[in-house]
Amino acid sequence: MNLQDLMLSASIFVFLSLISGLPAGAQEFGVGAMDRGTKIPYQGGEAIYKGVCQGCHMPDAKGVIGAGAYPALAHNAKLEVAGYAIAIVVNGQKAMPALGPMMTDQQIADVVNYVRGNFNNRYKDKVSPADVKLARP
Amino acid sequence: MGSGVRTEKAALSRRSLLRMVGTLAGSTAMYNAMTELGLAQPSTFTNPPKLGAPKPGTSVLVLGAGIAGMVAAIELRDAGYQVQVLEYNGRPGGRNWTLYGGDTYTELGGVTQQVKFDPGQYFNPGPWRLPYHHRGILHYASRLNIPLEPFAQHNYNAYVHSTDAFGGKPRRFREVQADFHGHVAELLAKCTQTSALNQSVSKQDKEILVEALRNWGALDGDLRYKKGRESSSRRGPRVDSGGGLNSVPVFSDPDDLGGVLKSQLWHAIGWGHDFEYQSPIFQPKGGMGQIGKAFGAELGRLIKYNCKVTDIRQDETSVTVSYVDARTGKAPQRASADWCVCTIPASILSQIPMNVGKKMRAAIDQIPYGASMKIGLQFKRRFWEQDDEIFGGMSYTNQPNAMIGYPTWDYFSKGKGVVLGAYVWGAPAIMAAAKSPDQRISDALEYGSKLHPQYKREFDSGVAVAWHRVPWMLGCSGDWTERSRAEHYDNLCSLDGRIVLAGEHASRLPTWQEGSVTSAIDAITRLHKRVMGA
Repeated sequence: MNLQDLMLSASIFVFLSLISGLPAGAQEFGVGAMDRGTKIPYQGGEAIYKGVCQGCHMPDAKGVIGAGAYPALAHNAKLEVAGYAIAIVVNGQKAMPALGPMMTDQQIADVVNYVRGNFNNRYKDKVSPADVKLARP
Repeated sequence: MGSGVRTEKAALSRRSLLRMVGTLAGSTAMYNAMTELGLAQPSTFTNPPKLGAPKPGTSVLVLGAGIAGMVAAIELRDAGYQVQVLEYNGRPGGRNWTLYGGDTYTELGGVTQQVKFDPGQYFNPGPWRLPYHHRGILHYASRLNIPLEPFAQHNYNAYVHSTDAFGGKPRRFREVQADFHGHVAELLAKCTQTSALNQSVSKQDKEILVEALRNWGALDGDLRYKKGRESSSRRGPRVDSGGGLNSVPVFSDPDDLGGVLKSQLWHAIGWGHDFEYQSPIFQPKGGMGQIGKAFGAELGRLIKYNCKVTDIRQDETSVTVSYVDARTGKAPQRASADWCVCTIPASILSQIPMNVGKKMRAAIDQIPYGASMKIGLQFKRRFWEQDDEIFGGMSYTNQPNAMIGYPTWDYFSKGKGVVLGAYVWGAPAIMAAAKSPDQRISDALEYGSKLHPQYKREFDSGVAVAWHRVPWMLGCSGDWTERSRAEHYDNLCSLDGRIVLAGEHASRLPTWQEGSVTSAIDAITRLHKRVMGA
């Protein structure tokens, strides 16, 4: 292999890595169903609740009823077990989409703490990003 | 023996080379990335089922008058079953749904949107295209005499845009595609000159490859992709040829390789070549909802509307379903049949008491529902056609609206036109659902105006549908992973006593109507076998 070959091989290698380096499914341009790449940009429990959760659980966290229902998070005894809330946020369940892939451990911890400390929920123990990490598949 | 090894080696090299070309073109990578999400699966539909006649009087209750439920109902009725369908909405179709001027839509949370589109204008919040190989849904469209017309998926003159590339100025699809292909072809053509490649590709193959690359990438006589007749023949000239004097074309300047790569705009090229998006694609004239309407008309009084199912109970001999009036929540009633085909989405079904086995229950409960959101925007005039020469197809952007879909009907008409102003999944859809419909629309106008400065001046009215806010869906579609499919899929689809489930969530073509059709046919075929064996 001469120098020219080496340079060409190197440039092709760089090129191939660029092309193949895109994360699977992270199609930004209108692929729609394939968009697993975009992340939730909001920071802090309240901002995340308002920017994400209230779409279904409603601004007052009282839920809403259609052919099925979105459960109230307000005054919700199931939230006593913080790990339960974390698991549902990370993996999704029933109508709830899996938010794990689009939120960081910190974001999930923040919003779980926010919901468990507001809307007539008075759970004192806080969850940490490390707790969230453990719940990821 | 020795020569056999050599041949094998040479063949392998050719294969690796082709694979490399494929990877560069984006197709292989795209295919691999998408199959695990259930895309690019061929339809299993061959013919409508030929069910023999059951014992007279054998009855089936079908829950849900979406595509799956209505396919099941029509085929079972035709076979001789007594069929009744219960539907939550006051109309047939389910997610097969088109909004027209005069319609109203109230989402969860209570906001009602009035659709103010002109006559002839419409918006499909759900499915909007029919790939030519989705033979099942096409069969029923044909059976129901639905006129179909071409759906323009690809438009070389539409825009590809990123706020982070080329100063936020959109490029035309043809420019990005030609530049990407051209530079890749040039690079590979150079590669053929190296001694490294001499070892892996025969001299004859190399010559063919060079010729193919010249052709594919629009390279010039020196195997270069640069400003000139060849590149302009693909990406389009800056000034077109004409007649008479001053008719000399002016060639356009390709973007350089680094710029094209860093722009990330090449994302827009590969995915549109996937199996589902290959031309020709079709749409029903007048909106996708025409299919649901025709199914509903065909089934007539067999469908009972405004029924909210509250309980599903089976025993040794029958299935009994309790329901109330969906509008009032009152007037509880019951319906019974020998068997039940349940097409209620798992997002809803998981909340309805139903005595099935643990395995089916676990399968229903575990499917999370993916988020999606679409916005229809009516503009006072078809400026994308009149000013930008974009007739159908779609533009892509890295903004949270993801795309702009142009109407692929009534081209050149002088009145208003409805554009798909946003079609998103995942995080952007979830965030949009947390906003009011008005806010979603004003966001879409903001994003769209980066591609079309005419947007705000020409805006007339809009409607935004976020599927997690749709009262009868609570999400868009079943969101399987490879892992959850391995664990639960067969359990979801298997007959449980006298109940079988169907719908896109019980298919390997999630989100597609073809998934609903093939799932329904598979479910009733197995159900019928059980009936005949019982």
